[in-house]
Amino acid sequence: MILELPLLVFLVMTAAGAILAKDLISAVFILGTYSFTLALVWALLGAVDVAFVEAVVGAGLATVFFLLTLSNVLEKDTQIRRSAMPWTALIGLPIVAILLLYGAADLPAFGDPGSPASTHISPIYLERSVEQTRTPNVVTAILMDYRSLDTLIETIVIFTAGISCALIHRKGDA
Amino acid sequence: MIRAHDSVIVRTLGRIVIPVAQLFGIYVLVFGQHGPGGGFVGGVILAASMILAVLIFGRDAPDSWLVTKVLHGDGLGLLLFAGVGGLCLIGGGQFLNYTHLQIPGLDDPSRHYVGILLTQIGVAADVAVTGVSIAISLSAEDEDVSHG
Repeated sequence: MILELPLLVFLVMTAAGAILAKDLISAVFILGTYSFTLALVWALLGAVDVAFVEAVVGAGLATVFFLLTLSNVLEKDTQIRRSAMPWTALIGLPIVAILLLYGAADLPAFGDPGSPASTHISPIYLERSVEQTRTPNVVTAILMDYRSLDTLIETIVIFTAGISCALIHRKGDA
Repeated sequence: MIRAHDSVIVRTLGRIVIPVAQLFGIYVLVFGQHGPGGGFVGGVILAASMILAVLIFGRDAPDSWLVTKVLHGDGLGLLLFAGVGGLCLIGGGQFLNYTHLQIPGLDDPSRHYVGILLTQIGVAADVAVTGVSIAISLSAEDEDVSHG
């Protein structure tokens, strides 16, 4: 796990860069880098399916959508003018950060078999998914079989997004 | 934005990259049950390859005929997904319980396998069409905006 620390430092750096960038197009590209680094972190943690989705959607498709949107915007509107940070943020954000760090100390260790997430129902999925569905990838078995109603609703959400985007933007024949 | 790209390098590379990307998308979709990937990722890769075709060759070029065809398929993937659930209802079980897919000659785990594969294809079709549709919508030529 020697790669973990450099990747996490790079993650924070790209996140800060995306916020601090002077124009929106640079911010979009830095955000794509951020997504790809996040995908690497997830692959390192063993969540290969999540890493795949993050790399394809976060670094690929979302960047394309952002760039297509920005190509319809005048150049002077993609520049960002920032005012100084308000003092409430300077006081409030460190307090939130300290609270989050305080809460993170109570999280179960990585891969802890006694943590609540891995004692409730996931052992049943892990034991029975191959014999019940003949699907070696347990993530796919959970998403498309045990939890397929949730996936159906997610698909409806995606469908609705496409329909509303077409209704708002498209003119005439398209 | 949607006009064809005039660089020879981009057009030639596009001709090579786009079929490979589509093949990889189908591979990820079909192999989602045995490795990482699945319907969602496969659909996004297919959408990305078609968006690439539109950006390189333009929307009305013969090379991007697939895109104009695909745009008419909005909702077909959702119909396939929900249709598999409906078939389970007709087979005498609960909605989306693949045990009740009435396919002769298959035991219960194989029915689950077929059900997962069909719903994954449904998700992939839905995601691919939605991705292309949003990209086309966002890049629509809007006279008012471009003239400020």
